[in-house]
Amino acid sequence: MKILLKNGRLIDPIGEIDTVTDVLIIDGIIQKISQNLSVTKEDKSIDLTGKIISPGFIDMHVHLREPGFEHKETIESGSRAAASGGFTSVCCMPNTNPVIDDPSVIKWIQQCSLKVDDGIVDVYPIAAITKGREGKELAPMMELAEAGALAFSDDGSPVENAEVMRRALEYASMIDKPIIQHAEELSMAKGGVMNEGYVSTLLGMQPIPSIAEEIMISRDLHISQYTKAQYHAAHISTAGSVELLRSAKKKNLRVSCEVTPHHFSLTDNAVRSFDTNTKMNPPLRSHEDVEAVKEGLRDGTIDVIATDHAPHSFDEKQVEFLYAPFGIVGLETAVGLAITELIHTKILTPKQLIEKFSVNPRNILHLPRINIQEGEPANLTFLDFMQEWIVDINNFQSKSKNSPFHGWKLKGKAIGIINKGKMKLFP
Amino acid sequence: MPLCNRHLLGLEGMPKDDIQLILDTATTFREVLDRPIKKVPTLQGKTIVNLFFESSTRTRISFELAERRLSADVVNFSADASSVKKGETLKDTARNIEVMKIDMIVMRHTAPGAAVFLSNVTGAIIINAGDGSHEHPTQALLDMYTIREKHGRIEGLNICIVGDISHSRVALSNIFGLKTMGANVAICAPKTLIPCEVEQLGVKVFYNIDEAIRWADILNVLRIQLERQDRAFFPSLREYRQHFAVTRERLDKSKKTLTIMHPGPINRDVELSADVADSEHSVILQQVLNGVAVRMAVLYLLGTRS
Repeated sequence: MKILLKNGRLIDPIGEIDTVTDVLIIDGIIQKISQNLSVTKEDKSIDLTGKIISPGFIDMHVHLREPGFEHKETIESGSRAAASGGFTSVCCMPNTNPVIDDPSVIKWIQQCSLKVDDGIVDVYPIAAITKGREGKELAPMMELAEAGALAFSDDGSPVENAEVMRRALEYASMIDKPIIQHAEELSMAKGGVMNEGYVSTLLGMQPIPSIAEEIMISRDLHISQYTKAQYHAAHISTAGSVELLRSAKKKNLRVSCEVTPHHFSLTDNAVRSFDTNTKMNPPLRSHEDVEAVKEGLRDGTIDVIATDHAPHSFDEKQVEFLYAPFGIVGLETAVGLAITELIHTKILTPKQLIEKFSVNPRNILHLPRINIQEGEPANLTFLDFMQEWIVDINNFQSKSKNSPFHGWKLKGKAIGIINKGKMKLFP
Repeated sequence: MPLCNRHLLGLEGMPKDDIQLILDTATTFREVLDRPIKKVPTLQGKTIVNLFFESSTRTRISFELAERRLSADVVNFSADASSVKKGETLKDTARNIEVMKIDMIVMRHTAPGAAVFLSNVTGAIIINAGDGSHEHPTQALLDMYTIREKHGRIEGLNICIVGDISHSRVALSNIFGLKTMGANVAICAPKTLIPCEVEQLGVKVFYNIDEAIRWADILNVLRIQLERQDRAFFPSLREYRQHFAVTRERLDKSKKTLTIMHPGPINRDVELSADVADSEHSVILQQVLNGVAVRMAVLYLLGTRS
């Protein structure tokens, strides 16, 4: 199958390319990158005038919920949500049932994902650090890595025990895999439902202090420095965390971090609605934290934008705020929010945005680079920075609709992907 | 002039005129309570459900008396004997009750914001009888009524709330209401029982009870919850008593005569010494009596608002 991309602005941070050109793809392989290419009428020609061609986006923090919680999301619905959000790859977190702490679960997820639309979205499992995500004994990391685990995380729970964390980092460094920590000091955070600040005081809610996150990151950075192992802090949300990562990077530690779109788009003020779609962990933070996160994105302290896509059914969220589960879906709003909140506000350049959605997460996970060159497989995301659209949860491909962004007017959108010779367009 | 909102969910943002209207209306009902026949036909034909997910004696009885004295039909529901134990959600419980044609729901619940949630998922008029450590608007209204009755005004008075502010719905509603009515509000507690950035609510903070007593015209003393010791909020009841209890000796040092309030139930000789609780300056029992009148006023104003 021939596909001709006409007149797109190709931005490839790796090849240091930023140019308007045509791209001819035959059977999933880039055949020609040049101006004024043409194909016959039978072949597909897509006009991308004014649009952007980027290396394929990856969301390295997704909860696909399968196996175990298929009423929230499945590998199929989650993969379709990823595609519709502009992602050619996702990493799925191990807090499934059974937990991804055994190679058989990895194999099963891989098999399932290949059946969804011919496997257009690559699903990369992240395996548990500890057996059952209980924080006690290490999971069989080497076996899990051989089966395909790209990284290890007990996401949803922190590794509380410092000794276990030390050994996990050491062991994983032997096979050159990152440890991804959900950083939360539980003795401080337990029972809390929102950020500690003026708003929690106003609402009488049990708070989660910012230091609960920072103390854990601080500890982990010490362990990472001591063991020289690769550490990635998931969904950082506070000014203090940004500062910790900034200084760790100055010391050349092997550390990286991600932020979610909701942590740069919303503050804890949103909780005043008591809308359970404003309940997530880490919680929405203060205005100062949001500003610090944006600065961290701008100056490169924050490497990655990842969604922490956390589907929950309508009924699970239709309860009192206190009893609602943490988390929101994010795959189908992430790119729109990032373009709206970061590109149009000039916090990031288009190149930086692409690095945070594609280049950096792939580096952290030691995935092969996406080279946009003749002879290379086409793994691409198409973006329209100017398209204005209104978020409508009813249009989500995801099985769950738990988003606080319903009704938001965004400017900028992912409009399609190509991967493994398959294309999906969402104009 | 009717109230702005069809529910009473909290005092945050409630206009001064609305608070005034409730207190003025309560004066009329307070007079009804002194009659030989303490019943008026105002809410005849209205059905009110008291939905109590947390145990409460005073508030539930007070609401029930207020409802019956307005001639409403009353149904009581408590969590112990309910479908909640079988795992039914609040939304389903509320909708099942609503479909039986009821007009108002008075709810006490453990979760902050539960009353707001209920007002979003049912069509009934909702009165918040306490939602976790968020708000308890009728308690604050009856406190303000009692202050006005005793001092003739609220504006300009120095009112200090003493005790566990962090976990108190009474404190928050009092702060919102009293600030709106022009009072000067302070809080006094160990630092561990004061929520973050509380000064932004426009209150003064004391860590020393003697200083608070020197400043205040009125002390509203909160119950100290024994189980708070578990999470290291304070060392012991003995230590709390020695440093924060409102006692005769402490009050005697003040040149003013302070009015003493307490929303109950009292831990005698913990946060409040028994002689102070029973003294002529204590208005604790008036608060309880006024509570019925204030709740009658709220029920009347919301129940007859077209």
